[in-house]
Amino acid sequence: MKKAILALADGTVLEGRALGFAGETSGEVVFNTAMTGYQEILTDPSYKGQMVLMTCPHIGNYGISPEDNESRRTWAEGFIVNEASRRPSNWRSELSLHEYLVHHRMVGIEGIDTRYLTRHLRTYGSQAGIIAHTDNVNGSPDALVAKANALPSISKQDLVGAVTCNSAYEWNEGTGAWPQRFNARGQIDPMPARRFHVAVYDFGVKQNILRRLVDEGCTVTVVPASTTAETIRTMNPDGVFLSNGPGDPEKASYAVPHIRDLLGWRPVMGICLGHQILGLALGLSAYKLKFGHHGANHPVMDLRSGRVEITSQNHNFAVRLPSAGQPECPSAPPVLSGVEGSRVERLETPWGQFQATHVSLNDQSLEGLVGTTVPALSVQYHPEASPGPHDSSYLFGQFRAMMEHAHA
Amino acid sequence: MPKRTDLRRILLIGSGPIVIGQACEFDYSGTQACKTLKQEGYEVVLINSNPATIMTDPDLADRTYIEPITVEVVERILEQERPDALLPTMGGQTALNVTMRLHEQGLLEKYNVRLIGANYDAINKAEDREAFKRAMHNIGVDTPLSRLIRNREDGMSFLEIVGFPAIVRPSFTLGGTGGNIAYNREEFERYVDWALLTSPVGEALIERSLIGWKEYELEVMRDLKDNVVIVCPIENFDAMGVHTGDSITVAPAMTLTDKEYQRMRDAAIRIIQEIGVDTGGSNIQFALNPANGEMIVIEMNPRVSRSSALASKATGFPIAKIAAKLAVGYTLDEIANDITKVTQASFEPTIDYVVVKVPRFAFEKFHGSNPTLTTQMKSVGEAMALGRTFKEAFQKALRSLETDRCGLISLNGLDHFLPEDELAPSVSEHIRTAMQVAHPDRPWHIADGLRAGISKSEIFSATHVDPWFLDQIEELVLFEQRLLDRARAHARETPRESMLDEIFHNPEERERLKEAKGLGFSDQRLAELLNVPAEAVRAFRSIHLPSHHVTYSRVDTCAAEFEALTPYLYSTYGRECEARPTDQKKVVILGGGPNRIGQGIEFDYCCVHATLALRELGIETIMVNCNPETVSTDYDTSDRLYFEPLVEEDVLNIMEVERPMGVVVQFGGQTPLKLALPLERAGVPILGTSPDAIDRAENRERFSALMTTLGFQQPRNGSAWSGEEAYAIASRIGYPVIVRPSYVLGGRAMQIVYDEQSLRQYIKTNIMTTAQYPLLIDQYLTDAIEVDVDAISDGADVVVAGVMEHVEEAGIHSGDSACSLPPHSLPEELIDRIRTQTVALARDLRVVGLMNVQFAVQGNEVFVLEVNPRASRTVPFVSKTIGVPLAKLAMKTMVGHSLRDLNFTEVPVTRHIAVKESVFPFTKLGNVDVLLGPEMRSTGEVMGIDQDFGWAFAKSQAAASLSLPQMGTIIMSVKDGDKPGTVDVAKRLQTLGFKLQATRGTAAYLLERGLDVEPVNKVKEGRPHLVDHIKNRQAQLVVNTVGTASSHHDSLPIRREALQQNIPYFTTIQGIQAAVTAIEAMKKASLTIKPLQDYHPT
Repeated sequence: MKKAILALADGTVLEGRALGFAGETSGEVVFNTAMTGYQEILTDPSYKGQMVLMTCPHIGNYGISPEDNESRRTWAEGFIVNEASRRPSNWRSELSLHEYLVHHRMVGIEGIDTRYLTRHLRTYGSQAGIIAHTDNVNGSPDALVAKANALPSISKQDLVGAVTCNSAYEWNEGTGAWPQRFNARGQIDPMPARRFHVAVYDFGVKQNILRRLVDEGCTVTVVPASTTAETIRTMNPDGVFLSNGPGDPEKASYAVPHIRDLLGWRPVMGICLGHQILGLALGLSAYKLKFGHHGANHPVMDLRSGRVEITSQNHNFAVRLPSAGQPECPSAPPVLSGVEGSRVERLETPWGQFQATHVSLNDQSLEGLVGTTVPALSVQYHPEASPGPHDSSYLFGQFRAMMEHAHA
Repeated sequence: MPKRTDLRRILLIGSGPIVIGQACEFDYSGTQACKTLKQEGYEVVLINSNPATIMTDPDLADRTYIEPITVEVVERILEQERPDALLPTMGGQTALNVTMRLHEQGLLEKYNVRLIGANYDAINKAEDREAFKRAMHNIGVDTPLSRLIRNREDGMSFLEIVGFPAIVRPSFTLGGTGGNIAYNREEFERYVDWALLTSPVGEALIERSLIGWKEYELEVMRDLKDNVVIVCPIENFDAMGVHTGDSITVAPAMTLTDKEYQRMRDAAIRIIQEIGVDTGGSNIQFALNPANGEMIVIEMNPRVSRSSALASKATGFPIAKIAAKLAVGYTLDEIANDITKVTQASFEPTIDYVVVKVPRFAFEKFHGSNPTLTTQMKSVGEAMALGRTFKEAFQKALRSLETDRCGLISLNGLDHFLPEDELAPSVSEHIRTAMQVAHPDRPWHIADGLRAGISKSEIFSATHVDPWFLDQIEELVLFEQRLLDRARAHARETPRESMLDEIFHNPEERERLKEAKGLGFSDQRLAELLNVPAEAVRAFRSIHLPSHHVTYSRVDTCAAEFEALTPYLYSTYGRECEARPTDQKKVVILGGGPNRIGQGIEFDYCCVHATLALRELGIETIMVNCNPETVSTDYDTSDRLYFEPLVEEDVLNIMEVERPMGVVVQFGGQTPLKLALPLERAGVPILGTSPDAIDRAENRERFSALMTTLGFQQPRNGSAWSGEEAYAIASRIGYPVIVRPSYVLGGRAMQIVYDEQSLRQYIKTNIMTTAQYPLLIDQYLTDAIEVDVDAISDGADVVVAGVMEHVEEAGIHSGDSACSLPPHSLPEELIDRIRTQTVALARDLRVVGLMNVQFAVQGNEVFVLEVNPRASRTVPFVSKTIGVPLAKLAMKTMVGHSLRDLNFTEVPVTRHIAVKESVFPFTKLGNVDVLLGPEMRSTGEVMGIDQDFGWAFAKSQAAASLSLPQMGTIIMSVKDGDKPGTVDVAKRLQTLGFKLQATRGTAAYLLERGLDVEPVNKVKEGRPHLVDHIKNRQAQLVVNTVGTASSHHDSLPIRREALQQNIPYFTTIQGIQAAVTAIEAMKKASLTIKPLQDYHPT
């Protein structure tokens, strides 16, 4: 078994076994606590620039199935696991994890004490790291540490530019055999008759967002991140969707004027990076979390109903809410208590009145916004799930309702 | 939402005695519920007939009724206590069934009691198979093709549709009682009849077989705001066809993709909403077709369960505690996560380790039982282990079972270090055959199959164990083979002492040893593979791998995302140790391990008391145990919890990290006692009675010497190492004799032998045991009364806390007989003599803590049978009867307090009498004989308490689900020796108005003595015979005592039939005498009930 080394910028060096493509790779190391969904995670464009550490001790058990991809390729820069299963076991599996990683030229490492590393990242924060398979080690572990130190921060990289599509394309596949949309009786809802056209800004979109929009009766056009408001207006969609994506929203602030332009013109929905960009468009600021939220068990409270959703999350940045509704004056994130109906923050902006709708029960960070005078909503987490629970799937229905309302 | 203020008093129903399918897990959940509700300011009224539980401790609830859990008794409680609400979801199927009947009889309405947690409709929808099917259909969740039947004909016609194999399940039973898989018509008919009979509503379900499908369980929580969380997905190692309770189970689920898991999760949420469980936890089981992912829901339990206890321990999410809070109106987001303290309970735990639970079986104690695993649960306990990988957790779990297997050993000698011989073809054939049936040894069969070169695909077809698990086992086997190869290569030229140095001579080889530890191999297993002593492996590791030692990780519910403030720990071989031991004064308490016959909840009760006592004294407590069902393994119970195997290596590891002031071995039964000497050798102070004194009591020679010095009588005895020696000793002692192999628990393989021929037969069938240990031979005291005594001593003073007179004669295992406290027939002079002898024994052994002595009284003579200088099975029973927490006091004496300081110098005088009765698993294990003997076979016990022996005994019978008849016919068939004793019984029964029937011999004897008896045929005397009468339920009670082995066989159908018809039966004359006294008492006075708090006012 070939050896491999993981070196972190702070000097931590861990030895493990080589996994996946033989070589060297680098990126910001983040941990994800989901117990299922490694394939979806590897193919999520939001992981561009990051190496993913899975806290679940066995990874690769059920292999790789083509329909579980979230994009056309893998995006994570590296993969760190405790133990990778050599032989998968699942009726849909076509490849083993190792074969898949090799195929996608992704460098990985296993045999790492992932709990130790997670605790380390929790304490000292996410940081840059390098995985090198020993045959490919250039220099000592110290040299790797130095190299990790020299890596540019993800806040300084235009990661969206690396993952967005080059030109607009249509999307028309729904969730199919894996439905997420149920009616009150729990049965799969038939696709609504009314068709809406939605333009999806691709900041690094996960395909399940597109599938969920199709389920809601939308025809979907995916457009590059740099698409102007003018172009969108020419397309004349019924709604505009701001997708998830990697990195610091400030690096994608070029989209802000266009979003401001479109707000109020058509219903807007944002997810994750899309939510952060909407926040920037409303004059709010974003800040980096110590080690981010990456997992499938994050409780989020809907401040309006007091109900809790278990959500899928993957973000390193969050939107800072001004405590007194002054968008130009960012301050420490306010503590939004979880008590029903209380402290629903209202936000006056030149682009309309908004209110905070969702808050994380783990750290009280902002998880959702809704426009009260303009049709717009956004969430920091992933209602499209994949991987993760479907509790928040209803949000796509709310977006559809906004489009219906706009037409009424 | 804040908690409800419209409720003041809440009734909680426990689950009664420990039986297969309902064990300590309901003490764990019930105790959590009691504590939580009390903390929330509610008054808690509790009923549970099981005295060995923590929940029935008088300070847990406000009003504690140790009374039979019947509609009649609960109604009386409703009347007396007027609770506002009833929480029915904490006491297993027992509590649900009683609650359903209370509702159906309008009693809840009559007393204006609201159900909280789950309402009648929800329970009914979940429990009634037809209603459940309809509900599932409504929400688009598939259920197995099935039909409910009420007679055999309907079953046969539906069989045409489902085909074989077909599943037959009775409705409304616990632990799948009566559930079976039929492969042919004959079996099908038999199982249908049986199912219709065992179902309390006479209904059975015939179902399409899903054998071989993957099986999963989800633990679901819901609150009043309709927030739903899944606590943990659990995957079964054993495929569908084996009851979950008998399956090896693994958390988290290992082979589900996210898409499959989310589909299951969505279904689970829709199910709990549709069924309408308002608040609390439910367990939902799914089957998944491994070929195409087709998903089917199997069943839902609208209550906490064995699985919810497991999921709680597996994740650190205390389901029962949270369910109790939800039941009184809190929502999940209002409840703090105890482990992190900074997050809330409204989340789904995620874990960064693997949890494996393995069931513990006891087939060896039930001759005639069939060890094939089916949909009817048969295991008596379980062990759980945590590790960083499945392999590590699995190996730890296997050694936690304490079945003398230190891991995945070969049952066919395929792991011997000697140069490998050609594998005999018969061996692999044998393994192939063995693998075909689901058997407790399945994991070992699989490993042996792999060792014998049988392909994984063949193993998969035979066992349906998912290939992922087979791969994991293969990795272990391959690793082991590499070690074996090394050992074999060195075997010839290397002496045993330098074997390890030779094999692991360079750092690279030593890496392999590290790897072995990471894979979960115990030192003992490595020693076996390498043919060196186990101590040598440990010593070698500490010299050559000094920096590679065990580390402890915390169970934190969140995969390290947040800090864990609660020290709930498991061992692994990682980079950092999170044990963070304190330098406080601290004591380690070793628990009892998995439940099995002879070692059950009583010992967990004692361990929990030990920790409570130490807390009162400000001493830090550290619990070590591996039984997920228990209160002791609740992270709330002790200051620190190590969820670890109770074997030498793992326990010593903890001692090295914690360095306690002492360790307690006398509370966890035999399990920790076995560790006393190794711990002492390792320099760990043993608190309380010294290991030497324990040895003086356990070692036959030293014990005889003790008896001689004190001048006490013991039955004549001897130890034999050969057959000839045995015959000589037996004839010296005089037949009958009791024989058993030494050092066994609960009297395994113990038998009463009446002549030399039977002794020869015994030795022939038990040759395996005699080869390892000597055969112990004791004089059998005929017609003797056995007496159990529990005493406590601080090393100077001794208090005899309880003298219990057994109802059944000496020779029947003390764990199986009923007993009465205080004695119901013994003269005071004899009791005094017993007390005096007990005190003398305790003094001589310098007992500090608890001691149990078993005496036999024959005529006017007192014999000492056994001395156990440790907590006994009866400690909780005695404590609750006399109103003194003995185990707590004992713990305090062990850390230096005198009984005088503790203000316990004499037993309070009580006017009530308590009877302990044993409960047996006979209905679950196939065609086994119900006759009592020297081998213990009960799984649990109940207590009846009242002002007189009759009522106390009656209550104990009712609590054990035998309601004594008030009228009707009684069938008697007794052995010659018992005939004189029967006369009085028969007379009294006749006076009470019963009609008597008896087999010829018995009838003739009674007729001669002027009784009115109708003779009936024995089975071999032609029809209709007495079994026909029993089948036709023309008898309301059966008395059957037998002497010789051949009469055992002939009369077996009588006892089996009574058992199957649930007709009370007695197999000893003492038993029926007590029953008659009880019936007389019941006719004389009506039922009265009283809570423990009124028996022992403070």
